[in-house]
Order: sequence, then structure tokens, then C-alpha cells
Amino acid sequence: MCFSQTPEKKRWQQRWFCRYCRQRRRRAAPEGQRLTEGRICAVQGLCWASLGKMLTNISNVLRACAQRNGAAAVVSARTYADFTNEATFEIKKCDTFKLDEGPATQVVMTRDEGLQYYRTMQTMRRMELKADQLYKQKIIRGFCHLYDGQEACAVGIEAAINLSDHLITAYRAHGYTYTRGGTVKKIMAELTGRRGGIAKGKGGSMHMYCKHFYGGNGIVGAQVPLGAGVALACKYQGNSELCVCLYGDGAANQGQIFETYNMAALWKLPVIFICENNGYGMGTSVERAAASTDYFKRGEFIPGVRVDGMDVLCVREASRFAADYCRSGKGPILMELQTYRYHGHSMSDPGVSYRTREEIQEVRSKSDPISMLKDRMLSNNMASVEELKEIDVEVRKEIEDAAQFATTDPEPPLEDLCNHIFHNNPPLEVRGTNPWSKLKSVS
Amino acid sequence: TLLTFLLAPAKQHRTEKLLVLSLTKTPLSYWLKAVSPTQKMNLFQSITSALDNTLASDPTAVIFGEDVAFGGVFRCTVGLRDKYGKDRVFNTPLCEQGIVGFGIGAAVAGATAIAEIQFADYIYPAFDQIVNEAAKYRYRSGNLFDCGSLTIRAPWGCVGHGSLYHSQSPEAFFAHCPGIKVVIPRSPVQAKGLLLSCIADKNPCIFFEPKILYRAAVEQVPEEPYIIPLSQAEILQEGSDVTLVAWGTQIHVMKEVAAMAQEKLGVSCEVIDLQTILPWDTETICKSVVKTGRLLISHEAPITGGFAAEISSTVQEECFLNLEAPISRVCGYDTPFPHIFEPFYIPDKWKCFEAIKKMINY
Repeated sequence: MCFSQTPEKKRWQQRWFCRYCRQRRRRAAPEGQRLTEGRICAVQGLCWASLGKMLTNISNVLRACAQRNGAAAVVSARTYADFTNEATFEIKKCDTFKLDEGPATQVVMTRDEGLQYYRTMQTMRRMELKADQLYKQKIIRGFCHLYDGQEACAVGIEAAINLSDHLITAYRAHGYTYTRGGTVKKIMAELTGRRGGIAKGKGGSMHMYCKHFYGGNGIVGAQVPLGAGVALACKYQGNSELCVCLYGDGAANQGQIFETYNMAALWKLPVIFICENNGYGMGTSVERAAASTDYFKRGEFIPGVRVDGMDVLCVREASRFAADYCRSGKGPILMELQTYRYHGHSMSDPGVSYRTREEIQEVRSKSDPISMLKDRMLSNNMASVEELKEIDVEVRKEIEDAAQFATTDPEPPLEDLCNHIFHNNPPLEVRGTNPWSKLKSVS
Repeated sequence: TLLTFLLAPAKQHRTEKLLVLSLTKTPLSYWLKAVSPTQKMNLFQSITSALDNTLASDPTAVIFGEDVAFGGVFRCTVGLRDKYGKDRVFNTPLCEQGIVGFGIGAAVAGATAIAEIQFADYIYPAFDQIVNEAAKYRYRSGNLFDCGSLTIRAPWGCVGHGSLYHSQSPEAFFAHCPGIKVVIPRSPVQAKGLLLSCIADKNPCIFFEPKILYRAAVEQVPEEPYIIPLSQAEILQEGSDVTLVAWGTQIHVMKEVAAMAQEKLGVSCEVIDLQTILPWDTETICKSVVKTGRLLISHEAPITGGFAAEISSTVQEECFLNLEAPISRVCGYDTPFPHIFEPFYIPDKWKCFEAIKKMINY
């Protein structure tokens, strides 16, 4: 921690990083007026808040030194031993359908779990916002469906299942790719279509895959019968794995969903159907698209649970409950996660032609999953503001590096155009755009 | 009457009146195109105009599909719900099979049903309904019932960044099915005329709209309704050396190729827009091949089993001895429509030009 040099541009004009809290501060005062922020001459490059903190720390250090006869300076006044290791939280009761009891309403979260959820959700949020930025700069092209606002769903589900379980979802898949083991670098490179991408640049936003994660599916509702098939394989192999099969409120009206319910219930497949109800199927609200908006009851002969999808602990508890139900061999179970997306359906959708900005703002201020977790941890003394800010900073750096990689990585080679169409041992000849051009397909 | 029409004040700055060539009494006449005021419209506006005309003249017409109420994702149905009411222009839930099945039922009962499938790539859940139900209804009931007043509209073709599921051209799948008509326009004027023909036609029709042209193609389109006959190919440019056949967006590529061939090779190309894929106009194409002796067919869909194969096969049957060179097909590769490789995949003007050169030098 050192006092900084003068920032390069003129003081009254620039945006700069405070050297202590590493947050962007802006000198808002225009030319000619007195500066009121961060203008303490001897302490350049610090914002008011950081200056206050620094003075507090200095005084603590001096006090500590005075007590300990010149021991080493203490940087932070609070040690990690001050935090509570775990706390019990009261969560919303879930509505159930055809179940005698629902998930627990009293949950325990440890400090490590909380920090991990916070870091994962923050990474997902920043990744989606970065994708938004890159899309607007036309570095990412095509279709980009962003997941911000719904992070609690992905994190909560992953917290309740193992990496050896299986998961399949629709096109809003960036978050799940991350929780299932993809790295931010590979995800962003896939968005920009580079060879470092998780699908070698050939899939794009909607087609991301990794181990035990089957995508990433563009056609609405098509992934649900696939999920049931994966669950059948798990049951057949007897490895007590299950399949989590996600779809949205729009897809819930597709015929193939109901065909799958029937098959799953008939054969008692270990599949958790999860309907991520974010209130809008692209531009149509649920009231205008569905005769029954109780998506958790749509299974009819499959028991269902309705869960608050903005609370990561609620989702985790309900997913645990569902996973236990499936693993005990009772058959499929249906979960409806009531959540919300801040962006529009995709980057070409402004998101405000079918809903108001006030509605989005209200959800953001009252039920944002990251803010909720942060408040819980701070009010129960499970973490400090600085610690969470440090996580934010690290996450930001990770995303910046990933974006840099995604922008500079080369595109896949032209030979890849025809590779992996079929599985073929000698390379297959692929007819080209005219009779004289033939390409090779290697697989 | 003629006099009152000529004396009527011109509409404000965006329209212009064409010369009066002839007047007929039937409202859906092709000749009315020459006499009515026109307005500058792009492709989606011309579609809206066609739908507007239909809803105004036919009280049984209904438009439905995903998100059509607020105007549709490509703005093809903007303003229609406010003008005609929410029982005539309404949203369906997300179920393509349901949409088409529902459309068939509505058409059988007598309504003019205009269903919208949001992207042609999503038409496959409805494939069974179209092929097994709609196409065979008249045949299997011995002409007792039919769903002729059904029209299905879908955005079609590559768009530059669509990748696998927003760029497909599935006309070949439907060409294999007798009983339906498949129509693809190339410009706003054609689109309005062809769409109105499809709606008026007493057979179930699929109308594919090239999505890349929705905003890019702008023309002066007549405001009054008019029809362009189906199953008639249009010769855009007469020529004597090579016949170029395409449809939809690819026609514009062909026009450029014809210009390039004329300039660089001195080759005179005849450009034909097929317009109706099924049933297609064999006579015009064959007559043209008899005249020129060389044929190039081009489309974005993969080459194996693409519609160029059908045209190629029929032309070699009819005009075998007139052919100077093998019939050339410049189409997409036999791969799924790629994400990042799209510029390499599409049959652009250079590939077509290369094919012409090879044909000339055969």
C-alpha cells in the first residue's frame, strides 16, 4: 500500500482507479469549479472512503505497535478468525404438488460455501455483462442469450448435485457451462468463434458442451427427451447418477415435454425436470402463453415443487431434496424455479417492449441473487466488505483476461468446416459448392 | 372511373402514381399494379401490406404464430392487431406442431389461416403435420375436404450471422411432398404479389421469406392488392450463352454474376427466378436451356438432395441433346450450416463465376 503518483491526465477530467479500493472513481467537477472528491493534496489517487479506511488502519497499526513493542505492521484490522463459520438461515417454504413434505426451510451455510457461491455468481454475472459488451462491439456475432439475473439457479443446482451427475439445458447455457466445469476463457472464446473455444469455435453461444453437460440446445424443448434418455442410461448402468433436465416457461408448452413426462414416469427414470420460469417466453408473458402457469403441476402424475429461483439457498435445498428423491428410485420429479432475467431474450431483443424498465429495476433492487447472498453474509458476519470486494476485483481480472484471449485467439482452420460431420475412418469426401471442389471430412 | 382517378390528389411525399395503362374491375388483378399508387417499402413492410389487404378483404382471415401480436420478431405484422382486433391476430404458445395442426383445422373449417413459424429452422416439429396432414387432405378425402386456405410463412435463408439454427433453407424437404406449394420471393414487389397468390390459392402453401432481405431490399410497392401467378418462373435478363437459375436471395448474387460474366468473359447470361419451387415451371427453364445449352443452378442449401438436383435431372431428361456442358450446381457444402465458416460455406459470386468459366470452356 503506497501513496500513488499523480494520474496522467488532468485531474479534473479523468476517471481513475483509487489505489486502495481499486474501484473506479470519477472526478465529477467540471473545469473551473472546486473539486471536492479525492482532492487531498498529500494523498493523491485515493477516494474519500479509502482515505478513511486507510487512516483507520494506520491508527490500528500504531495502536498495535504501541502494545506490542514494534511488531510488524498489521495491514487489515480484522482477521479471518473474526468471522462466523456457519449460520442458519430461514428460507421460503416451497409449494409442493403430490408430495407429503417439501424441502427444508432451515438451512445451514458455511462461510466457505458462501464465498464460493458468491464468487461463482459474480463470475457468471461479469461474464454475461462482458459478453454483452463484446456483442455490442460486434466481436461476438450471431445470437447471444444472456443469463444474468438467473445465476442463483445454476449455482444452487450445482451445489446440490455432483460433477458425475448429468445436466442438459436449452440455449441460455453460458452459466451452466461454467458451473459444470468450463472455464471463462473457453466460454468466451466459443462466443467469439475461435479455436480455443469449448466446442472448438464451431458451436457458438448456443452449443457449449463439457463433461456430463450436454449443452447448449438451440431448438426449444428438444433437449428434454434427450435428458430422459441420459437418465435411462444412468438407471441402466446402475451408477446412481441422475440427469437434471432444464427448460424454460416457453418450452413448457411444447408437445415433446409431455411425451417425456409420460416416458419418465412410466419407467421411473432418475430425471429432475426443472422449468426455469423467468416470466417471459421471449416476448410473451406466461399469462398470455399458458393456460396454467403452475408449471410445477404440469407433470400431473409427476410430483412437483415450486422454488424461489432468486435465492441460491432455496434452490440448493430444493435441488438436494429432488436429488434425494430421484436417487432413492422413486422416479422423476419436477421443479419450477421462479426467476427473472435482466437482459432481453437475446442481444437483438431490447427487453423493454414487452415489460417496463421499472419492473426490471424493481427485481434488481429487491431480489438480485448476488445482493441477497452478500447481505446475508455481511449481516451474519460471515465475510467482510473488503473480502468480497477483493473477490470482485479478482473476478474482473479473470474476465478481462478471458475477453482478451477470446478476441486475440485465431479462428478455427478452414479444414474444420467439414470435419466431424459423420464418424468415418478413412476421411470422407464432402461435395463442395461446385463439382470440382471436394473437401475432406475427418472424424 | 378513369377521370376521377387521374384527378384525385396525390398522396404525400412518399408515394408516386404510375401512368394509367389499363383499368379492370376485379380488385385482385395483376394489372392494377400498374395503376395504383405505390409506396417505398422494404420486404417486411410489403408483407405487412399484403396481410393488411387480406385481413381487410377477407373477413375469415386470421394470422397467428409466436409473438405476432406485437408485430413479430421481424416486424411483419406491425399494427395489424390494433387495426383488426385481437381475435384475428393472436399469439400462439411455443408449439410449431400445434400451430400448423391448428392452422390445418381452421382452414378445413373454412377460415383463411395464415400461420407464422418464427424461423424456417423451427418448422421441423410441424413437418409431420404439413407432409402427412396438410398435403394429403384433399387426396385422401376424395376432394370432400381440403385445407387450401392455409398459408404458412417462415423467414428463410442465411443472414450473415445466423449459424446453425437461424439460417437454414428447407425447401428441398418440402419439394419431395406432393400436395403443397412452396414459394420463395426475391424482392418486396414479388413478395406481396406471391403472398397474396398463396393466400388466394386453393392449396396449402408454404411461403419462405428471405430474412436477409427484410430490411435490405427496398422497392416501390403498390398499395392495392395484386397477384403474381404461381408456378411461373420469371426471366429477369435475356441471354444466349448460359442459363442461371436461382431463387430468393441467390437471385441477386446471380445478377451480379451475370454482369461479371458479360464484362470479363463476354458471356451473355439468362437469369431466371424460379419463384415457385413446387410445382416448378419446367417449361420456361427447359426452353431457356434449349436456347443457351448451358445451365447453372445455385442455392444455399446443401448440394446433396438440394432442389438443384431435381431441376438438373429433369432438364437432362428433356434437353439432353441440347446441352453443351454438364449442368452445374453451385450450392452449399454438405455440412450443417456453420457458425464461423459461413463466408466460406455460401455459394457466392466467385464460385458461380468459376463454374461459368468451366462450363464455357468445357
